[in-house]
Amino acid sequence: MEYKDYYKVLGVSKTAEAAEIKKAFRKLARKYHPDVSKEPNAEARMKEVNEANAVLSDVEKRAAYDSLGSGQAGQDFRPPPGWDTGFEFSGDGMRDGAGGNSRAPEDFSDFFASIFGNAGHAGRAGGGGRRGPSGQQMQGEDHHAKVVIDLADAYAGTTRAIKLRAARLDETGHVVNAERTLNVKIPKGVKAGQHIRLAGQGSAGFGGTAAGDLFLEIHFSPNDRYRIEGRDVIETVLITPWEAMLGACIEVPTPSGNVQVTVPANSQTGRKLRLKGRGIPGEPPGDLYLELTLVLPSADNDKSRELYETMAREMAFNPRDTREAGA
Amino acid sequence: MINMTEGILSGVLLDEVQLSIDELARACAVERTWIVQHVQEGLLECVTIEVISHSDAGENEWRFASSQLVRARKLVSFERDFDANPEVAALLVDLLEEIAELRRRLSK
Repeated sequence: MEYKDYYKVLGVSKTAEAAEIKKAFRKLARKYHPDVSKEPNAEARMKEVNEANAVLSDVEKRAAYDSLGSGQAGQDFRPPPGWDTGFEFSGDGMRDGAGGNSRAPEDFSDFFASIFGNAGHAGRAGGGGRRGPSGQQMQGEDHHAKVVIDLADAYAGTTRAIKLRAARLDETGHVVNAERTLNVKIPKGVKAGQHIRLAGQGSAGFGGTAAGDLFLEIHFSPNDRYRIEGRDVIETVLITPWEAMLGACIEVPTPSGNVQVTVPANSQTGRKLRLKGRGIPGEPPGDLYLELTLVLPSADNDKSRELYETMAREMAFNPRDTREAGA
Repeated sequence: MINMTEGILSGVLLDEVQLSIDELARACAVERTWIVQHVQEGLLECVTIEVISHSDAGENEWRFASSQLVRARKLVSFERDFDANPEVAALLVDLLEEIAELRRRLSK
């Protein structure tokens, strides 16, 4: 397991006071908050920052961490046996004062789990369980993960292997981070931002209580051709000027297979053709909108140049002339 | 409820089933009172449904859509990470939701 230099992560000295640590944390939180940050690896960096703050902003944890002595960040590290004797970790460790909010345990490293996970009982510091205000044991923590699928998967349904890291108790009663893989069915008809809840797949409960749940949030992989609004899908369809002006029957690939579509004569770029019920399946299903975009052929040979010249000569057309507008 | 078929897990799709206040509180790792306060202040949305109770009169209960789980978790993280007051956190989340909507319209 790698040693974590929490002071280095927050960029503060070992003698930093609480206010300084708080300030450093806020500054980094602003930089790396996954909801607002444009930094690469913002989510991973924010986890490190959160973990460092969870330790250094807590007087008891900081004292325990300091007593480990200093290691080199990244170097292999084992806590000395019995190092935590004499430390009493109060509270559940993941929870700060304001609002009683706690952090998801899967956010922390093996290093954190091994140092604070086996101090006291697992329900506290490892974050495996939550304690109510009265101190009784409660159900295991819920976990959250994102799953990215293609639009076609929402039409047909799919199965995804989800890798999760979660704290669990080993045979000696210590908390360790373990990786596990779940094969999860993604039903057809899912929308972006919708959740799939897997009961009992969160952290294990303690003291005979039920395990938490796993929430998977659905995201669609970015796609140049499709835009998704709820269950409606807007597809950009490229057409030629003659198809647009003369009308045509064209074949269009859609998420549910190829379809034959009639382009009405005199269609301009931006015209939408609605195919009812061909959006993402559901009750009711969404609609598929084909948004027409005209693409003009280049005048890169004699023939095409001649055709454009004929049009220029014989068509009275000036889109900038307001008197002609709409004609 | 989990059904397992040859090692493949099937979950419950939220919105087909909506979260109760206790389920939302647990999913966001906050106390129930946090949810109540945020609904009463208009920072979170819920629908009210009537449930059959043991007494004759039906009881009203709150239910939360999938989108409110996303919203609530963002509110929690801003309040926690920046000690933001709930209104400022909600303002920030409103703006993020609007940016996401605009980005979605832009994306082609």
